[in-house]
Amino acid sequence: MYSFDYQKAGSVADAAKAATGEAKLVAGGMTLIPTLKLRLAQPSKLVDLGGIRDLVGIKAEGGGVTIGAMTTHAAVAKSADVKKAIPALAVLAEGIGDPAVRNRGTIGGSVANNDPAADYPAACVALGATIVTSKRKIAADDFFKGLFETALEAGEVITAVSFPAPEKANYQKFRNPASRYALVGVFVAKTKGGVRVAVTGAGEGGVFRKKSFEAALSKSFDAGALDAVKVDAKGLNSDIHASADYRAHLIKVMAKRAVQAAR
Amino acid sequence: MPEGTGIGASVRRREDGRFLTGSGTYTDDINRPGQTHAIMVRSPHAHAKIKKIDRAKTLKMPGVLAVYTGEDMKVGGLPCGWLVKNQDGSPMVEPPHPALAQDFVRHVGDIVAVVIAETKQQARDGADALGVDYGVLPAVVDTRAAVKPGAPQVWEQAKGNICYDWGLGDKAAVDAAFAKAHKVAKIDLVNNRLIPNAMEPRAAIGDFDRATGEHTLYTTSQNPHVIRLLMGAFVLSIPEAKLRVVAPDVGGGFGSKIYHYAEEAIVTWAAAQLKKPVKWTAERSESFMSDAHGRDHATHAELALDKDGKFLALKVETLANMGAYLSTFSTCVPTYLYATLLAGVYTTPAIFANVKAVFTNTVPVDAYRGAGRPEATFLLERVVDVAAREMKMDPAEIRRKNFIQPSQFPYQTPVALQYDTGNYGATLDMAMKMADYKGFAARKDASAKKGKLRGIGMACYIEACGIAPSAVVGSLGARAGLYECANVRVHPTGSVSVFTGSHAHGQGHETTFAQVVADKLGIPIEQVDIVHGDTGKIPFGMGTYGSRSIAVGGAALVKALDKIVAKGKKIAAHLMEASEKDVEFKDGKFTVAGTDKSKAFGEVALTAYVPHNYPITELEPGLEEQAFYDPLNFTYPSGCYIAEVEVDKETGSIEIARFVASDDFGKIINPMIVEGQVHGGVAQGLGQALLENCVYDKDGQLLTGSYNDYCMPRADDLPSFEVQHTDKPTPCTHNPLGVKGCGEAGAIGAPAAFMNAVCNALGVAHLDMPATSEKVWRAANAHMARAAE
Ligand SMILES: Cc1cc2nc3c(=O)[nH]c(=O)nc-3n(C[C@H](O)[C@H](O)[C@H](O)COP(=O)(O)OP(=O)(O)OC[C@H]3O[C@@H](n4cnc5c(N)ncnc54)[C@H](O)[C@@H]3O)c2cc1C
Repeated sequence: MYSFDYQKAGSVADAAKAATGEAKLVAGGMTLIPTLKLRLAQPSKLVDLGGIRDLVGIKAEGGGVTIGAMTTHAAVAKSADVKKAIPALAVLAEGIGDPAVRNRGTIGGSVANNDPAADYPAACVALGATIVTSKRKIAADDFFKGLFETALEAGEVITAVSFPAPEKANYQKFRNPASRYALVGVFVAKTKGGVRVAVTGAGEGGVFRKKSFEAALSKSFDAGALDAVKVDAKGLNSDIHASADYRAHLIKVMAKRAVQAAR
Repeated sequence: MPEGTGIGASVRRREDGRFLTGSGTYTDDINRPGQTHAIMVRSPHAHAKIKKIDRAKTLKMPGVLAVYTGEDMKVGGLPCGWLVKNQDGSPMVEPPHPALAQDFVRHVGDIVAVVIAETKQQARDGADALGVDYGVLPAVVDTRAAVKPGAPQVWEQAKGNICYDWGLGDKAAVDAAFAKAHKVAKIDLVNNRLIPNAMEPRAAIGDFDRATGEHTLYTTSQNPHVIRLLMGAFVLSIPEAKLRVVAPDVGGGFGSKIYHYAEEAIVTWAAAQLKKPVKWTAERSESFMSDAHGRDHATHAELALDKDGKFLALKVETLANMGAYLSTFSTCVPTYLYATLLAGVYTTPAIFANVKAVFTNTVPVDAYRGAGRPEATFLLERVVDVAAREMKMDPAEIRRKNFIQPSQFPYQTPVALQYDTGNYGATLDMAMKMADYKGFAARKDASAKKGKLRGIGMACYIEACGIAPSAVVGSLGARAGLYECANVRVHPTGSVSVFTGSHAHGQGHETTFAQVVADKLGIPIEQVDIVHGDTGKIPFGMGTYGSRSIAVGGAALVKALDKIVAKGKKIAAHLMEASEKDVEFKDGKFTVAGTDKSKAFGEVALTAYVPHNYPITELEPGLEEQAFYDPLNFTYPSGCYIAEVEVDKETGSIEIARFVASDDFGKIINPMIVEGQVHGGVAQGLGQALLENCVYDKDGQLLTGSYNDYCMPRADDLPSFEVQHTDKPTPCTHNPLGVKGCGEAGAIGAPAAFMNAVCNALGVAHLDMPATSEKVWRAANAHMARAAE
């Protein structure tokens, strides 16, 4: 770790003002602190969002839920509102990392970080979530821009993520046995606007929508509808944990299981 | 004997309160006055020439006290403890192993320089600023690739990267047996390279006392005396009397903390240069690239059978990866701890093994829980399953047919060992009953109905433990003896301190050894203190590895206790005015046969220290005895493990439906601790079989350098193991406790049991470890394609 200054922000405005230049926001620290320890990042200052009360909490609104950026994965997993509106989201949160990570890690941090194998990005994209920031509202489709890249600008703070309730949804995660992140994670949502399928863990550029699945499932929301759809391994990750071919195969298996389990 | 604390009682571990409440004292918890901090600068390249090290910038940085390189630290090299000879009788190639690299680096993580500063942060900054100019050279990492013509050479003196080409057994007899074989079962396998991952990373503090000239090293070691011997005599030339090595609480070793590591020598040496204590604690990423790795064999084996399925002969060719340097015990692992076990529990009359050890640009490989014996067991128990498959015999039946029978002991194997006792049928029967082996077919059908593949697999292991008879290992190239030492100090009020050369790093010696004392002296266990891990307190010791603590260290303890009782009888005889030969000692009391005279142990102890009424002309006051014990043979724990798995064909995921263990450890001191040892070993065996794999890319970069990529087993990866001790134990015949040792069994027997189950589920002859979901999925698909044909 290099040395850095530390500031506990009192409000979102404070945080946005402070988080410029080489300064960095810190939420749960589950991702950021390890990178600091390995000296992979050298921020001049950490701006801690931990003191901003407004950023914590879950609101049920218009059938969906709005989750404050500093809400932990554990809180989402336990939330009666989430379980009622989008049970798949609660299950997803329960499957992130281990208890320590779930009790510290936040939805805002996860979404801002956009790890290509993280779980929340799949939910955001499949459910058509809106990322609410200190400046604007960004549709999930426009938010995730590739590996660890997002639409966030310097000094922009995520304040909440809004999820509309789907008719049915399910998330199937095939875990990387070592990291416990998604080797392949598929979130399927049947929404008023049609079926949306988002895949995490597999793509070279992070989370992506599987449009061919969406088309097939929009015609018939049935696992069998995917049988005839081919999954190309092109553009998928190949690493020591799984080849692109295997990932392509798992995308279909996980998608079918998600359709079967959707409720 | 006090109720429930003697031999055979499941006494709760006395050390756990300390460990579980964070009040243990580990090396990193120790801070010496004026302490400085060292950061090792490690090579980012697998193979390179060090062209230039520019330390000017670092030396100017705040707090930096020194930068040392191989230029400065011109001392002896780290020694290898075991000389293995080639088949032609010539010695192995033994390249130098400098603590700080001299001119070349040979693996990622090799230490190029050490930066010492007032704080760790300053040392880290200084290390980051150090300019090292490398000329990168081609590297070789893969075991099989290392011996291919044209492979990059790790050492000029090791042609073809061969360290040694060693053989054991009667090749002519094997060839003759193969000539008349009915069938030959063949296998090619890789025993995957593992990274040990003890919970506590390695750490070392060097301290130097200017007034006395005494050096002290605090270190995470399984054998402080061995470190004192190796570092003092070979590396730094410090006489034992001026070098104290302390290994305080140590958080797991599994073999990786046996060896003398460069960092220990560096901090000890640097402390004397700077006249200040120097502390180093590994970060986890350093552990991955600097703790000795384990296993890493590539093997071809063939088993010849007659028409009834009797084994006629076995031939084995193994390439064993040594890494870039020869670590302390590296050379004996794939030879004397491996090939000597190739008879297993079977009567195979002829065996020949050829082992070639090879150098690669990787971290040195050395003993890891089981050391050689897991590799032997995996190979043997896999090839036996292949044979059963080819002979269309049940795996249990083919094993039973070839077992060494209880009536055949002592049994001389064709690969040097003589087994003293065993009952392999008993553990097999028990395990099959526990696993409901008969009910498997029905369970397989039920799985098939759910679209799943179910498999069952067994492994009958044997291990050579209680390491080791000194004369035997000496004749095989060991450069040390492998006895153990115990000193028993009875204090004036009858409490007892035991100073043992065994070292506990999680095994529970403070409980088990105390049980032996409580049992033998008939005193409450609370009166017994077990002291270990400090060359300043313990007379001598060879430490803990090779399941040797209770079998060798415990035996030394019994010998010392016997001497205490013998002297106690003399004192008691004097006090009771009886003849010494009429005095008996039982349950903590000295009595005179046929009388009601009696003296408690405490009274005798007090008399020894307050010798007012004492046979002073014949006997010295005091009550303290010491013993060394050198075992007469190895001990041979054995057992049978059965695993049952269910495979999801669609994803290749494996669910472990059941795991049962039936072990024969001879006499057991603390059944609970022994069961815990088996659980831990099986978890590590499961890790090797299903999860763990060390991967380097072709340039020698470690791809599995963190837990993101190196898959350690976690609690939720494990089923609830069913572990039982055999109902027909066969106590060791040659040590006073009848014990065999249990620390490694789980890691030795489990991998083959899991992989036999996986192969059985998939209907394939072999699959290499770890059985990752992708590998299993591919095999299952091939299997389905075959089934469809
Ligand atoms: C052992 C382990 C296992 C894990 N397993 C999984 C898993 O299975 N699935 C998964 O999805 N994740 C996993 N994670 C990641 C975990 O979910 C993290 O909590 C998450 O990625 C980051 O959240 P955080 O609150 O800790 O963010 P931090 O680490 O504090 O920050 C991460 C990044 O986000 C930025 N940031 C944080 N909050 C905001 C905000 N409100 N606005 C703008 N920028 C912000 C920070 O500046 C930083 O760049 C795991 C992590 C660990 C350590």
